[in-house]
Amino acid sequence: MTVQLTERPAGARTRASLADSRAAGAAGENAIHAICLLALILPLLLLCVLVLQAFLDGRDRLTWDFITGLPSRKAEAAGILPALLGSAYLMLLTAAIAIPIGIGAAIYLEEYTQPSRFASFIEVNISNLAGVPSIIYGLLGLEVFVRIMGMGRSLLAGACTLALMLLPMVIMASREALRSVSWSYREACYALGSDHWRMICKVILPMSLPGILTGIILSLARAIGETAPIITIGALAYVSFLPDSVNSSFTALPIQVFNWISNPKAAFHVNAAAGIIVLLTIMLLLNGLAIFLRAIYQRKAGQ
Amino acid sequence: MNALKVKKMPNLPDASRPVTRMIETRQPAQISKTPRMQVIDLHAWFGKTEVLKGISMSIASRGSTAIIGPSGCGKSTFIRCLNRMHEVVRGARADGKVLLDGLDVYSPGVNPVRLREMVGMVFQKPNPFPMMSIRQNVLAGLKLQRIKRSDEDELVERVLRQAALWDEVKDILSRGGTTLSGGQQQRLCIARALALEPEVLLMDEPCSALDPIATGRIEELILELKSAYTIVIVTHNMQQAARVGDRTAFFCLGQLIEYNDTATIFTKPLNRQTEDYVTGRFG
Repeated sequence: MTVQLTERPAGARTRASLADSRAAGAAGENAIHAICLLALILPLLLLCVLVLQAFLDGRDRLTWDFITGLPSRKAEAAGILPALLGSAYLMLLTAAIAIPIGIGAAIYLEEYTQPSRFASFIEVNISNLAGVPSIIYGLLGLEVFVRIMGMGRSLLAGACTLALMLLPMVIMASREALRSVSWSYREACYALGSDHWRMICKVILPMSLPGILTGIILSLARAIGETAPIITIGALAYVSFLPDSVNSSFTALPIQVFNWISNPKAAFHVNAAAGIIVLLTIMLLLNGLAIFLRAIYQRKAGQ
Repeated sequence: MNALKVKKMPNLPDASRPVTRMIETRQPAQISKTPRMQVIDLHAWFGKTEVLKGISMSIASRGSTAIIGPSGCGKSTFIRCLNRMHEVVRGARADGKVLLDGLDVYSPGVNPVRLREMVGMVFQKPNPFPMMSIRQNVLAGLKLQRIKRSDEDELVERVLRQAALWDEVKDILSRGGTTLSGGQQQRLCIARALALEPEVLLMDEPCSALDPIATGRIEELILELKSAYTIVIVTHNMQQAARVGDRTAFFCLGQLIEYNDTATIFTKPLNRQTEDYVTGRFG
């Protein structure tokens, strides 16, 4: 059986298709280019306006006294130290609770479960939990931690609530990072006579650490700006003392800002703007740290 | 230096030279006749697909056994059954007997983790651990098994020398294992396996990701190591089997078709299928 090949003059097809693509492709390509650029610039512009606005409004109040001062009824004398420290303690406690539980859960799900209906049920629910509005976590925290477990309106209750809110994100990021470690390294470990847990400790975790850290830091950056859950569990709006233990009542930066914004006196709005700058700075620093850590580990891994 | 290496490399695949010539020029290896490993009616599955359909063969102590065969014939699966790496994959299982020094490695009392310490393995793609230095990579097996040794430095030097890598890396032991070239990485992986002082060394197409020069280095290394270790090497390169194997097994569709001295397999195979395969008429 022979196949009849149609003869064509050499290069005819090349010329035709090249000319074609140049004419038709260019207009559509440019349009998509423009739309994508617009999609990038628009949110960035809005963000810039917001930050600039806050900066212009608040820069006069942004002094060392403001950062180290206690709240006051007079706007000019008011500071954010209790809120700042409250936020810092809250983050530390939240991290201390969420990190071990989150990584542990991720390791269990990624390394020890067999694929089953139950496993996929849990998987779907963790993804759903990541999307649950934070106020719901606040209400849950109020009922479970503040009332049932009797923690009161304390730092600990706030941290537990925030940790609960972060867990789905931490678990998902950690699982993703664990999964990204190539199978060939697991094989290498097994072939070297490693048991499962040693392999996780010595090879899988170190290799997925950049991904896990990035996930944790990004979710902490989100948590530090959360207002709804800690308002719900009853953080105080006016705190003229510094938190001294995990059981002490507290306030946090977003609450302080919220409180000042809702104050009718215009002078407090300036304070709010200054507070926003501090809050944004902390978030940017945390995000920067995430990028920095990732870069360090990637360099180490790719040496 | 480089030119010397190329010159030293004896047997690059060369169509003009018949395979038989290569075998005759090779030193006859001292093979002891006692089998180190004995495989009896080994079956293996991936899910419902049976990839090994009853393999029985014995592997002599010391020397090298090459396993050849077309893709998908189960040769990789076969050596992965020898150190129970096959069952690590989800849905994979094996049935039959694999005796190491007379003891069935599939009997219930055997811990596969301990078995793999004695039956080392080198993979197709070099896979040194990226977060570890060259030195740490060599010691990785000990670390993964919580073995503490006081003579780590000597051990590192000895196995790196055995793997013919010492001269190239002795000044950069603290550098990352993945900074080395592909061929060096593969020799590092061999050193890593040797550090556990295995009884048997399994190699699953160890050169298929390497260029001809690196391949030549690894083959020289295998020729050296086989005097001290029992080596089983899977390869899809017949010239390689002819160069490094004392004995060669031909697998096809999950069955052992023929198993004999390498010279016999390549010059006067008893089986028609083997003959077709080694002469390149099929596969």
